[in-house]
Amino acid sequence: MNITVNGREHDIVSAPLTPLLHVLREELEITSPKAGCQQGGCGTCTVLVDGEPRRSCLTTVASVDGASITTLEGLGEAESLSPVQAAFHELYAAQCGFCTPGMVLAATALIERKGGPVEREDVQEALGGHYCRCTGYVKIIDAVMSASRANGSPA
Amino acid sequence: MAAETLIPTSPEEAAGLFGEGNDLTVFGGGTILLPEIAAGRVHPERALLLHRSGLDTLDAGSDVVRIGAMATIAAVVEGTDDLLTRFAEHIGDGEVRRTATIGGNLCATPGIGAQRGDLGAPLIALGARVRSTGKGGERTEPVEDFLAGDRAGRLVLAIEYDRSAGKCGFEIMRRRHAHSFAVANVAVCDSGDGLRVGISGIGPLAVRARSVEQSRNADDVVKDVDPVSDALASAAYRLKMLPVLVRRALDQLESA
Repeated sequence: MNITVNGREHDIVSAPLTPLLHVLREELEITSPKAGCQQGGCGTCTVLVDGEPRRSCLTTVASVDGASITTLEGLGEAESLSPVQAAFHELYAAQCGFCTPGMVLAATALIERKGGPVEREDVQEALGGHYCRCTGYVKIIDAVMSASRANGSPA
Repeated sequence: MAAETLIPTSPEEAAGLFGEGNDLTVFGGGTILLPEIAAGRVHPERALLLHRSGLDTLDAGSDVVRIGAMATIAAVVEGTDDLLTRFAEHIGDGEVRRTATIGGNLCATPGIGAQRGDLGAPLIALGARVRSTGKGGERTEPVEDFLAGDRAGRLVLAIEYDRSAGKCGFEIMRRRHAHSFAVANVAVCDSGDGLRVGISGIGPLAVRARSVEQSRNADDVVKDVDPVSDALASAAYRLKMLPVLVRRALDQLESA
């Protein structure tokens, strides 16, 4: 099996039924996808599989053989944040940060899919399965809406 | 976790590898199984993974809607616009719906804190048929018969129902929570040749409420069901609510 993660191809030695989450974290040492509830309920392990947000804890590595995976590490650098990352930073949309990787990736996919400004209801639907126990969500939703209007720079 | 994994690349190969299903763990989307395996509660020796099996077709373009077992819940939501859609769109969230499958929903093992298989109610009401293979070969049967039979020995190939199911009504009782399973699901369809009533979310398996179908009296639903208590609701609460939900669903037939 092989998967491409953030543009780099990897041969995978983990067993086929290993969750993608554990392959990323333990075999490839890519640790932005967090091992939260590990039963699909919290959303912090979400990664993009061929551009679509998926729970990596619910996805066998066998089922993504040959696929292209994007994790938070594949979005931006500290000096050049992606629009969603920049908006989260500007608008204080993270507190402890544990949920942030999944939130940012799901939001990035939403904005990509809509191809323009997203509304509050769009964000609520797209992030409805992502839990944050700190922020109360308002700042997160504001940040995603702002990022969708940013044209590459934070609002 | 050193399970032998079988990855068929056609429906025929999947059916052949399944055989009679002995000592085989079947993976649909894996949303139920994978957490169980990762937590060490399930240890498959041989696993049949269906993601490349070609069983994910969905044809809603003719008089009969045909949905492959591996069609994701998201594909069902996008590909149909009927009673089934109204229930499918409440399963999990978008990411879970892109992974979970309709075949998996029908074959779900009993949940611990909640009841699985929400789609049983609309499929029963729609008069859906399940095409499966296993011991004795391929067969097609009503969904309620499939659910009541030996599901573990069957590999679901497809689910189909007539588009003209008649007037339909439904009630979904759930908590406002993206991942909450339903407390109770009621679906009713009146095709002209008779009423069909499906109930799910109140026990391990969906049931057909034949007493209600005959009498058209919502209170009779208590004769058809045997609700369980779980983390979402008590059996007594479900039993109290079901006649109300059935009444509301039946009322929709009058106004439809």
